[in-house]
Amino acid sequence: MNRITNLFKEKKNNILSIYFTAGYPSLNDSIEIIKTLDECNVDLIEIGMPFSDPIADGPIIQNSSNIAINNGMNLNVLFDQLADIRKITEIPIILMGYVNPVYQFGYDKFIKKILDCHLDGLILPDLPFDDYKIQFKSIFDKKNLSFISLITPNTSEDRIKQIDNNSNGFIYMVSSSSITGKKSSFNKNQIQYFNRINSLSLKNPKIIGFGISDKESFEQACKYSNGAIIGSNFIKSLDKNDLSKSIRKYIRLIK
Amino acid sequence: MKYNVDNKGFYGDFGGSYIPEMLFSNIDELRKNYLNIVNKDSFEKEFNYYLNKYVGRPTPLYYANRLSEKYRAKIYLKREDLCHTGAHKINNTIGQILLAKALKKKKIIAETGAGQHGVATATVCALMGMDCVIYMGEVDIQRQKPNVERMRILGADVRPALSGSKTLKDATNEAMRHWINNPDDTHYIIGSVVGPHPYPDMVARFQSVISKELIYQLNKVENRNYPDFIIACVGGGSNAAGIFYHYLENSKVNLIGVEAAGLGVSTNKSAATTKLGKKGVLHGSKTLLMQDENGQVTEPYSISAGLDYPGIGPLHAHLFNSKRCEYLSVEDDEAMNAGIELSRLEGIIPAIETAHAFSVFDKLNIKGKIVVINLSGRGDKDLETYIKWGKY
Repeated sequence: MNRITNLFKEKKNNILSIYFTAGYPSLNDSIEIIKTLDECNVDLIEIGMPFSDPIADGPIIQNSSNIAINNGMNLNVLFDQLADIRKITEIPIILMGYVNPVYQFGYDKFIKKILDCHLDGLILPDLPFDDYKIQFKSIFDKKNLSFISLITPNTSEDRIKQIDNNSNGFIYMVSSSSITGKKSSFNKNQIQYFNRINSLSLKNPKIIGFGISDKESFEQACKYSNGAIIGSNFIKSLDKNDLSKSIRKYIRLIK
Repeated sequence: MKYNVDNKGFYGDFGGSYIPEMLFSNIDELRKNYLNIVNKDSFEKEFNYYLNKYVGRPTPLYYANRLSEKYRAKIYLKREDLCHTGAHKINNTIGQILLAKALKKKKIIAETGAGQHGVATATVCALMGMDCVIYMGEVDIQRQKPNVERMRILGADVRPALSGSKTLKDATNEAMRHWINNPDDTHYIIGSVVGPHPYPDMVARFQSVISKELIYQLNKVENRNYPDFIIACVGGGSNAAGIFYHYLENSKVNLIGVEAAGLGVSTNKSAATTKLGKKGVLHGSKTLLMQDENGQVTEPYSISAGLDYPGIGPLHAHLFNSKRCEYLSVEDDEAMNAGIELSRLEGIIPAIETAHAFSVFDKLNIKGKIVVINLSGRGDKDLETYIKWGKY
């Protein structure tokens, strides 16, 4: 069973996906964050694996990543934290990060840990397609894990189709040409881009991410896709002193 | 041809294109077009025109008499320090700005460490009338003030990189982020043989003018077109790549790369990647990388702002791995002493990056041999560091 595929079977619209950086604000907050997101009925959870040089990320995720690394977060710690996560939630969980920490951890060991923890998918935006095919594809297919790829306004139609053919789960539509955490209300070009992608009738559902920051942008994104991802702005709203309260408050503002 | 990049962008195990989708179309555009553009006669003609009339090439191959006497070898200096703007960096920026023009780009961004690449980029942007944004680590802005002001005089917008160690690696991160935010009209002029394919190959090609001239110049003075040793400093490795280029397949030539050991390879203040690095992925390529056991990139250190990069270009990682090239590392003090020695013996104050290449004579068996050192840059920008170091 793949929780991501099931989710999209059951729910077609307004899928809310929340991204947070593991190990932020404090090293052991991951479980509390996931638990609260579960109680708030969030649809999807993306856990960011912090990296020292996150070139696709804006200041908020740069900062949360730095703090998380300084707090002692690494993949061993994260997988230990997630070992019993399925006792807490059945929400689909995706790991997202950059290649290097995963490469150092070891691809095979990493995949085994994903399976041991019953996680559902992976996003590694800087992993080339060839490497994915060699290192991940066969085991991901066999174990029914999702490998999620990004597309942007500049991704060519041929490439989008190739990505669609090789993906399962959903396609991560980056809302504009930008790093994470830039607020935006969608302009004409972006809406054209969303419409263009929708007219391609891809086999995978689509979720829009980057620049989704509040109820308005979430709802607007949902008009053009199956749902949206909020990352930077969620992270910004986290209050170290009352984590679960700040999460509840934030999700109420969106849903 | 075993040291050339393959059709997937790899040098052996190293290289490739590890970039997020947001950069894919830009990199793909470059990958598909760069060879067609740079191999055109008209491109070559224009490139050579600017190298000759503007940069001042060919740079002399100078026989260093007193240095040769001291080390009992025939030591030649390839005088890249005499290039316009004071270092080899401009060979690459001339090439890339012509390429950017051919791709109809309007704006240029670049990263810089010591400021030499930033100045070389600001210079060609002024020359071609293009907008220029340079990212420079805040720490480097402090230690390379004259170069910051040179860039500003040339009309560049110098922006501080405030994250991480606030040096070259972080400036590169910021430049990549800028490119993600501005993919359509902007070309990123990477300053070294690093980054995703095709950058390492492209930059090496533009810098290969150094070894191309060397073949001709050596032939004239030594009646043979190759030396016994070529020595160059290595941060990312562009000057080394340029002077090694035409000799990679000639096994009679000992190729020596010199890395910055900072305060020593056993301290945590070093930038000697081949000694301290493991295979990893940073800034778009798989290469040797200084990192901790969790894959977080280590903050490098060197007295020279141009060498404190936590990786080396994938070509160098391959040359190291295949043992084609020997990589030595020297500490801050050794490099500074070598810089003073060159000043006193030959009347040339080298850039501190370059000074590293002059501090390995005693570590090599060069007696009676023909040795060429790439004098990649001059030391004007480093006066403050020399003064602060003070032991002269």
